[in-house]
Amino acid sequence: MRDDQAQLKQESLIFERGGAGRVGYTLPKLDVPAIDPEDVWGADSVRAPIEGFPEVSEVDVVRHFTRISQHNFGLESGLFPLGSCTMKYNPKVHEIVVRNSGFAAAHPYMPASIVQGALELMRRLEVALAAVSGMDRVTLQPAAGAQGELTGIMMIAAYHASRGDTRRRTVLIPDSAHGTNPATASFCGFDPVEIPSNSRGTIDIEALRAATDDTTAALMLTNPNTLGLFEDQMEEIAAIMHGCGAQIYCDGANLNAILGKARPGDFGIDAFHINLHKTFTTPHGGGGPGGGPVGVRQHLVPFLPRPTVETDADSGASYLDWDRPDSIGKVHAFYGNFGIMVRAYTYIRALGAVGLRQVAEDAVLNANYIRARLKDCYHLPQDRLCMHEVIFSDRRQKRHDVSAMDICKRLMDYGYHPPTVYFPLVVSGALMIEPTETVSREDLDDFVDAMVAIAREAESDPERVRSAPHSTFLSRLDEARAARKPVLRWDPELAEETPAIEAR
Amino acid sequence: MTTTNDPHGPGRYQPLGPDDRREMLEVVGVGSLDELFSSIPAGLQFRGDLPVEEAMSEPELIRHLGELAATNGPATGMLSFLGAGCYPHFVPTHVDALIQRQEFMTSYTPYQAEISQGTLQAIFEFQTLVAMLTGMEVCNASMYDGSSAVAEAVLMARRLVRRGGRVLWSEGLHPAYREVAETYAQHLDVEFELMPVDTDGRTTIPAIDDDVIAVIVQQPNFFGVLEDLRAAGAALHEVGAKFIVAITEPVAWALTVPAGELGADIVAGELQSFGNGQNYGGPLVGFMATRMEYVRNLPGRLAGQTVDADGRRGFVLTLATREQHIRRAKATSNICTNTALCALATCIHLSSLGRTGVRQLALQNLAKATYARQELAAIDGIEAAFDGPFFNEFVLCLPMAAGEAVDACAANGVIPGVPLGRFDAQREHQLLVCVTEVHTRADIDKLVQTLAGVCS
Repeated sequence: MRDDQAQLKQESLIFERGGAGRVGYTLPKLDVPAIDPEDVWGADSVRAPIEGFPEVSEVDVVRHFTRISQHNFGLESGLFPLGSCTMKYNPKVHEIVVRNSGFAAAHPYMPASIVQGALELMRRLEVALAAVSGMDRVTLQPAAGAQGELTGIMMIAAYHASRGDTRRRTVLIPDSAHGTNPATASFCGFDPVEIPSNSRGTIDIEALRAATDDTTAALMLTNPNTLGLFEDQMEEIAAIMHGCGAQIYCDGANLNAILGKARPGDFGIDAFHINLHKTFTTPHGGGGPGGGPVGVRQHLVPFLPRPTVETDADSGASYLDWDRPDSIGKVHAFYGNFGIMVRAYTYIRALGAVGLRQVAEDAVLNANYIRARLKDCYHLPQDRLCMHEVIFSDRRQKRHDVSAMDICKRLMDYGYHPPTVYFPLVVSGALMIEPTETVSREDLDDFVDAMVAIAREAESDPERVRSAPHSTFLSRLDEARAARKPVLRWDPELAEETPAIEAR
Repeated sequence: MTTTNDPHGPGRYQPLGPDDRREMLEVVGVGSLDELFSSIPAGLQFRGDLPVEEAMSEPELIRHLGELAATNGPATGMLSFLGAGCYPHFVPTHVDALIQRQEFMTSYTPYQAEISQGTLQAIFEFQTLVAMLTGMEVCNASMYDGSSAVAEAVLMARRLVRRGGRVLWSEGLHPAYREVAETYAQHLDVEFELMPVDTDGRTTIPAIDDDVIAVIVQQPNFFGVLEDLRAAGAALHEVGAKFIVAITEPVAWALTVPAGELGADIVAGELQSFGNGQNYGGPLVGFMATRMEYVRNLPGRLAGQTVDADGRRGFVLTLATREQHIRRAKATSNICTNTALCALATCIHLSSLGRTGVRQLALQNLAKATYARQELAAIDGIEAAFDGPFFNEFVLCLPMAAGEAVDACAANGVIPGVPLGRFDAQREHQLLVCVTEVHTRADIDKLVQTLAGVCS
């Protein structure tokens, strides 16, 4: 966190600011006759002005949101080594190109003949993502990774159903998986079955073999997995699954590690989602929007969400193909997060083949550099080469009653966003560090120095770590209280119970 | 393997130089970048270059993307009256400028509350504004879009009643929302049944049997008509069914009686109209709002108020035991990423409009749409399809297939509306027209003139 954080002031809520009659908007002159809604709708169908809505000027709004933004840590604030989230630099040019009015003002129901540019971009992005992943077709419709998972598992269900294969009830999921995987499987009506990891941190093949039979619909795996390791027994895994007629779904959260180095389509994957907001660096936006395209092999193509984007062989014109009788249906009101697609496409065009490969190489080099430099201070559950992220644990610091969460909070004092913590669940007290390729060696060295300093503090002054953060403008927040007595909106009466602003 | 820091290539986004790489490989204890990937079996490694197009410099990118965008209609000055779930409203300059602050745009989901207070406070304000707008007690931090929000509302209603059964939905619920909900619910024990709209464009709500688990009505509906929600609410609660109100055009809610006052259990829909452009249909801003008694069945993130160790007000993500990263297979939904930045734009725009502006905006939409419908329905051969009250959209019956009329108007630089035949062959002659504050009287007159020319 920046040194000036402690001096930052709390900012009251927008509802507590402003005053009656202030105006923060502008409207064109009304050049048609005014209509009284009570006349056309009836008096009992019209509401009174909304009580509690702010009355603020544009200046008030700009200062308010600027001030609260300064209470956030962004990618440009410093190293953001959040494992599994691929927090890489978001190129500025993306924000320029996406605001071209031809994209920004295009309406989804415009006739295809006048949105050829948008359709052409979607087609080109699909081709590029298919090339990167080694899949045959890609749907761009899912709005995020979890919706991509949903789409992929539904396509797999539809595939089994199309073959009259209705016995398949289970989806196998390694214990290191993201929570979205089991949630997706049960969302689609399957019973998720957990498969343990072995001592090497990869799938226990014998357990997988034992769990697989003709009632297995699919395996959902993540490769590289959430321990930052490549599932190197893919050929055997594929043989087991496909031998029983089951499908393999791959969570693409960690695609960044293998860009140009390996392709899911080449290691037996049937369906694969890509997080555009991770690997293809569209902004995370404080939680979204994202993009979760799904690539599939040929046998799943009939089940893709509709419409698909096609090109007419004769005219070369692009069009939306709605006539897809075996489609699982739609998962988005229109065609997905087009604005995110524009950014991802731009990124791929900026990199080219050599650049994409260099992403993976630098990302993996950076993670291994941190691994090599920190393994004397922090316990390393898997002491071997990792992919794009490295997982430490708090085992050594626990002896001094300092937890992974304490280490995270203390890192804020040193000016860093913490790593992902307590995930994957298979490592007790996990600290999952993913530096990405967009970090300099100086920043890596500084981060290592901070982690080493915290490890020393855990021994010499553990209370300093346990009570962190000390330099953020708020100290540690009481999450238990928030859940016990939920206050989920502003209410003038409740606001009086807690002082909005109080000098430290 | 060669690497590049070529100025024409991608080096600008990757700070490591050749010396860094060499020295770091030594620290790691491997001889080459390739060796870092030795855990990938040789037979599974990809050799050579991916078949993607050649890298571009930034000026080349700007030119290339500009050319692609220029082949789209809006860049060439097309006058559009398309709505139907994605609306042309003015987005104030400061809204777009604020969401581009790197602290908002590049940050992650605010799990680490102490360095995410900006996002968390904005979500809390968003939740409050939308709760006030809909008249509901609690709103979540956003969903992907209105269609998946309605789909999730069906699943939530199913959890609340703890039984399968029929879901009655209005013909006036956006057809794409219906298709997404069917996709989402295909593995559940629910059946959907259509409630048709009457000649006034309002939904006819039948007697509710006790096997009905939910009723869904959109306000204003897909045909632009305002539904009479008072009639709907009371009947359902007697049989224990849940009342879901869907929204595609939230601007109308500045004037209509809020759903919370009409017995709604869940309000689900879209907020793109506030602060977000059309972007060829995405990203959008889905949301779900409900009563506090149902909050533990609500999917999606929630920001809540708490205090820090020194007793000062702060905000955290809360009630996470509903969510996939804690509850895994038993979560209310698998949703993780939502549309936070778009919700922030909505929050900033709604704050700027405020108590007066949100109403003035709605009144201007109503006045312009009323003028447009009056002028259009006066054209020989064209008439309004429904006589019920409407907001900023309405349906016209044309003397020809509406798709053909659209193509003919487009040749004259006007896109007059959405031909409804694309959703329902019975409505081949119907055109859904949307008029908002961005249209001037001259724009509307041009629409009237163009459509009259095409239909005569």
